Formats: sequence, C-alpha cells, structure tokens
Amino acid sequence: MAALINIFWIAVAIALALAAGWLFRAVAIALTRGSVARMLRTAPVTAGFGMLVILIYVLVAIFAPVIAPFAEREVVGAQFLPWDSTYHLGTDNLGRDMLTRLVYAARNTVGIAFATTALAFIAGSILGLLAATVGGWLDQVLSRIVDILMAIPALVFALLLLTIFGTSVLKMVLVIATIDATRVFRLARSVAQDIVVMDYIEAARLRGEGLWRLITREILPNAMAPLVAEFGLRFCFVFLMISALSFLGLGIQPPTADWGSMVRENASLITFGDITPLLPAGAIALLTVAVNFVVDWMLHRASGLKE
Amino acid sequence: MTKTEKPVLLTIRGLRIEGRSDETWSEIVKGVDITLHKGEVLGLIGESGAGKSTIGLAAMGFARDGCRISGGTIDFDGVDLRTASEAERRELRGQRIAYVAQSAAASFNPAHKLIDQYSEAPVQHGVMSKAEAERDAVELYRRMRLPNPDEIGFRYPHQVSGGQLQRAMTAMAMSCRPDLIIFDEPTTALDVTTQIEVLSAIRDIVAQFDTAAIYITHDLAVVAQMADKIKVLLKGDEVEEADTRSMLSNPREDYTKSLWAVRTYARPVQPPVTGGTPVVSVKAVTAGYGAVDILKNINFDVYKRRTVAVVGESGSGKSTAARVITGLLPPRQGQVLFDGKPLPADYRSRSRDQLRQAQMIYQMADTALNPKLRLRELIGRPAQMYLGLQGKALTERIRDLLHLIELEPDKYIDRLPSELSGGQKQRIGIARALAAEPKFIICDEVTSALDQLVAEGILKLLDRLQSEFDLAYMFITHDLATVKSIADEVVVMKDGRVVEQGPKPEMFQPPHDPYTELLLSSVPEMDPDWLTRLLDERRRKANG
Repeated sequence: MAALINIFWIAVAIALALAAGWLFRAVAIALTRGSVARMLRTAPVTAGFGMLVILIYVLVAIFAPVIAPFAEREVVGAQFLPWDSTYHLGTDNLGRDMLTRLVYAARNTVGIAFATTALAFIAGSILGLLAATVGGWLDQVLSRIVDILMAIPALVFALLLLTIFGTSVLKMVLVIATIDATRVFRLARSVAQDIVVMDYIEAARLRGEGLWRLITREILPNAMAPLVAEFGLRFCFVFLMISALSFLGLGIQPPTADWGSMVRENASLITFGDITPLLPAGAIALLTVAVNFVVDWMLHRASGLKE
Repeated sequence: MTKTEKPVLLTIRGLRIEGRSDETWSEIVKGVDITLHKGEVLGLIGESGAGKSTIGLAAMGFARDGCRISGGTIDFDGVDLRTASEAERRELRGQRIAYVAQSAAASFNPAHKLIDQYSEAPVQHGVMSKAEAERDAVELYRRMRLPNPDEIGFRYPHQVSGGQLQRAMTAMAMSCRPDLIIFDEPTTALDVTTQIEVLSAIRDIVAQFDTAAIYITHDLAVVAQMADKIKVLLKGDEVEEADTRSMLSNPREDYTKSLWAVRTYARPVQPPVTGGTPVVSVKAVTAGYGAVDILKNINFDVYKRRTVAVVGESGSGKSTAARVITGLLPPRQGQVLFDGKPLPADYRSRSRDQLRQAQMIYQMADTALNPKLRLRELIGRPAQMYLGLQGKALTERIRDLLHLIELEPDKYIDRLPSELSGGQKQRIGIARALAAEPKFIICDEVTSALDQLVAEGILKLLDRLQSEFDLAYMFITHDLATVKSIADEVVVMKDGRVVEQGPKPEMFQPPHDPYTELLLSSVPEMDPDWLTRLLDERRRKANG
C-alpha cells in the first residue's frame, strides 16, 4: 500500500512538473513575439519545464540575500535541528540554517559552474576553430597537447592539479576550464573541419579574407548549433565536477556554501533516516535534468530532425 | 502483339501525395493517373519539384519520410498497394517491383561485395538459393555487358566505376525478374560516354525479360531513347501524356513545347580574336596532387568578351585547371599570366587586386553560399572589401547587383540562401562574383545542378553580363549542349591533356579528334532512333 501511495505522489509530481512546463511555455509564447515566439512554439513541454527550472535557479541565485532568512555563514541554532517554522529545513552540522545555505549555494555553485563553462568554451572553441582553419603544424601541435591532457582521467587530473597549486575558487575554475576546454576543442575542431571544406570557405579564402573574419563570420555561425548544445551538456558535467571536488574537500572551501560540500558535511544524518542531506543533491539533479531537457530540444532543432 | 494489347500491370488513379513542411501538409502530387501494361516503359519527365520521384516511389506503395499518400488507388496486378498490409507490400518489393536509384554509389552498401548484395533479395524472398543467385548474378552481369562478369561481383562498390556500379545495380534490380522496375534518374550522374553504355544495357535487359518500367528523368533526349510513352509533369500535375514519337514530334501543351525549345538556345557566333593580350593565359601548366600529375602541359588563352568552354569527362582535369588559375593549387611547371603579367602561383601571395580580378562561380550554389549570411552580406562583402564601399553606397551597390541578376532588391536583400530557389541561389553566386568587378570569371559547371529552363535563364544572364561588363569567361562543363549555346572557343580535355582546341564552329564540324568525335556523338539527341542508330554505327566501325 505504501508503495502505491509513493507511486501516486511521484505521478502527481511529474504531472505537476509537466503542467508547470506547459504553462511556462504558454506564458513565454504570449510574452514574446517574432522569431523568439516561433522558436518557443517548437519547444516540447519538457523543454518548457527545463527553462522554468533554470529561470527559478537564476532568480534564486540573483536574489539570494532577499530570499534567504539568515546570513550565509551565520550560526543560528543548535546542530542538526529538525524542520520547524523558524528553520524551515533544519540546521546543519554547525548549526547554520539549511535553507539559507541551499539558497546561497545556488549562487556559488551555479555561478562558478557557469563561469567555468564559459571559460572552457571560449578557449576550447577558439583554439578548435583555429586548428581546423589553419591546419598543418598548428593543428598537429594543439591536437597532440589536447590528446595528452585527455589521456589523464578528468577527476584524477583535477585532484592532482589542485593538490599541486592549492585550492582556491579561481584556481579551481582555471583547472576545470582547462580540462573541459580539451573536450570543447575536439568538438569545435571536428565540426569546423566539415565546414572548412565547403565551397563558401574556399570562396572566402580566395577573396582574401583574414583568419579572424573567416572564423567569426564564415565558420562560427555554422558551427553554433552543436556548440550551443554542447554548452548545455558541458555545463552539467562542470557542475557535477565542482560538486564532486567539493564533496572530496578540494572544491569550494568552507565556510562558503555549496551543494557538493553540503552533502558531505551532513552525510551522517542519512543514517538517521533524515532526507535533509539529500536536498542539495536533489538540487543538483534537478538542474542537471532541466538543462538536459533544454539541450535535447536545441539538439533536435539543430539537427533538423522531425519527431 | 503490341505492348498496349498486353494485360495491364499497374493502374494508378487520382494519386494524391502530401508533403509536410513545418507542421503543415501541402499537396505535392495532385491527382495523377498512370496505366502501365506488361513490358511497357513509361517515361516520367519534369523539372525538379514536379513530383517524379515521389510518384515513382508511390508505384511501390511507398512514401518517403514526411510524405503521405492521401488519395487515389494504386493497383499492382490486382493488389491494392494502398490498403495492402506492410507484409504484403514487402513481399512485392524487391521481388515483383524493383527500384534503381539515381546514385548507385550512395545506394550500395560499401561494406559488402556486389554479389552478396545481389543475392540478398532472391534469397530473402526464397526465389533462389545463395549458390543459384550467385550463378545468376554472373549471367546478368554478362548481359549488362560488365567487364569480367565472372569476377566483378566479388569486388566492393568502391572498386568499380560509376557506370559499372549503375549497371550492377540494374542487374541487382533484375535479380528476382520483377514485373516492374522504377528507374530514378539512373544516368544523371554519369558522363555522356558512360551514359550510352548504361542506357543501352538497361534498354536491352528490359526488353529481354519483358519487364515494365517507369523511367524517371529530366533529360528529354534520354527518355526519348528509353520510353514507349512519355508523361510530362509540372508541379505535381500531369501536363500531357502521349507515345514517344508523337510527343517528340508534336507536343500539344505550351509547357512541353518550352521544354523542347530550351535546347535550341545559342548565342551569336563572335568574330575570331585578332591580336591583343589575352586576359588569362595558361602557359605549359603541369600540376597535380602528391606524386600524380593531373594536368599535363596545358595551354590555353581567354580573351576579353570571350567564353572558353573547357569540356571533358569527370577526372579529365577541368576543375584542376580552375584551381591552378585561382591559385589554390600551385603548378609544378608553367605559369598563369593575367593581362600578360605572371600571377603568383599561390593565392596567398597574390595582391588583393589580383584576387579581385579573377572570380569564380561554383557548381553547387548550396555549398558555395554561406547558409547563415543574408544576401546583403553575401553580395556586399566583396564590394566592401575590394572597393571600400560603406553604408549607403554599399546598400546602393547591393541593390544594383540584385537588379542585374533580375531579383527584386526590396524583397530579397535580407533573405537567407535557404529562402531561395536553386536558380536564384546560382544568381546570387553570379552577383557575388560581379560585386568584385572582375575581368575574368570561372564558371564551374554552373548549370549542371539546375533544371533546363532555369539553366537556360542562367546562361542568358551570363551572356548579357559578359557584353555589359566586357567579361572573359572560362566555362567548365561536361555538357556539350551548354557548350553549343554559350562557347566561343572550346578546349577538349582528357586525362589531363588538351585533346583538341579551337573556335566553336570548327569544333562542331568534322574532322575531329577521335575523342572529340566520341564525346560529340554520345550526346543524346531528341530522336527515338538515335541510340539504336549510334550503336549500330559503332558496331559497324568496330567490325569494319
């Protein structure tokens, strides 16, 4: 019986999520016009849900000080208090408010993940496009460097580098961006290799166009769709990587709130059957799923597939 | 017994097919009727978008992805293919109805030997055992006049030539001795000389087995050789149907007449050039990739206001010659002179002005225009770059160029290439070349991807622009009809050498070089007896 009731609630939750996604999509279509509205009309309900979740995360991250009841690092009560009206989600291992920490962690984790992904993309795609366009020894050198970097398992490599250089947010961002840039490089290079053999690139070269213009005006617009889709996926990987590193203690350092380390700090509560430590993990999972819904839709559009 | 007295094999009545684009269905075939008797060959002819291939597939009860058969009946020998179950239809396909696609190279599975692919259908349908099928394959390969019929089947598709592959595919379609074969432009991708072999092989085998066929093509002269009757289609509608001879000699509808008339366009003969410096002069050029020489000691000149047509089969080095002139492939020996002065061999060491003077128009406008740029930028960029035009002056220039290529500026200036038809795209390619205000333009097979009516429009436009702007053209083509209509001088190439060159009127008059003779005689004519006559003649020569 209990299992049935659980299934019922799960079904209700999924239905509500889809309804919310549908509603969000309808509102978005009504509020926009022209090509944006036309694009939104092609979005499935899941993508609507994804966009809604991402929007909520962004709003929470921006307005964290307004939403959170306490300050990020403030010890407000005893350790491991249960959920009540003052501490909506209880307190953590040091007596800080769990809800407050969750809200601020959105800012830290998502913000850092976004910055890291953006950095990885700028570096990776510029070098990848350059390698494909120029070719020859530059391509060889860059590709072999990337091969070497990719030969080392990402997490081990990140742990190694962070142990050597020490842990700070900036160093972590740079290390993860470097590792992820190699993956972006490979994608950008292979996409661009298909484009540089097109006649219009030959025409542009014969016209005497410079390298920068060739890359930004002739190649990049045509490589944009797969790169944007990859951005979404990469964002999830980076996000999970940061959380994993934080969980291992080499990522975002306490007392800064972040979801990965929050799971670790409160992990002992799980033995008591309390689900509170799983909430940050749930927050990670939800955002990952949401981003993937949106990415799926974009991939679908980019590949021109119908159904 | 004439063919029309034989029993009816395929009856299509009121066939309607809808295609989907962006969530809306629109009709692409609008009520077409077909009656085909046993052993009869029907030619379906029309421009691209006429619905030829769609109808051909519908005759097998098949609709492509994104298409659906929305009305009419398709009766194949008593079976209604629209209401038949998928299993029943599968039983017919391959066994009683076969299909030969346009590009055999893309239709064969590259991972399997030809003979294994041949035996797949008969074994699948339980008509023959594998061993029988292989023996049968050799027999049919022989009848299709493939070289080494005993061993050719054990090759992989990439190991045989395009013409042989197309014949192997026809043999494969014959494997179950079907009652009906659908040929979808089987020779369009082939050179004229290869086309002859494939056409005659197809024609003989269809006659030998008394197979009915639907022959889809856009080439009237080809269909004239193959079909007993011809149906002309326009935008999914039937224009007219008649038996081949009366259709050719006496078309009723205006549209059919206009199709027939295209082949007669020719520009007036220009007086021969006397003196002066050629705009482009190719001097003793030898060039190639790796260790192989593709071009061997090539010489030719292109003069102001003159068109030099470079003709040859695929692999003859026509396009390589263009790459040498544009500087993409520096020659091993020899050089290219522009206005009498040598051009640097590599395009990267040419000055911006040298680049501007020589422009190129590509065969496939689809790949030659950046799909993400609007026409404003596509056409405007060369003007901006070479002539330094900005703002209002640039817009004005773009509008002028659009006028020149007969497109309405207000309507088109902000469109993307995907919002244009094939012919319009090619016009944009021309406008982009003109925007640089060049002296010399290389036209690389610019009309071969276009329908005949559209192609004629492009040729006329190029002709007009030439006299307006004193342009010199180098016109690369494999189509001798195009050469006839636009060239002043002809250069015939084979295996990287110039076989023959001279003014057009001379080139089309005997005596010819044997290869030129072969090329010229291989161009299909609008006479239903042409193929038979030609083959007889060649046989006589070979024997005598």
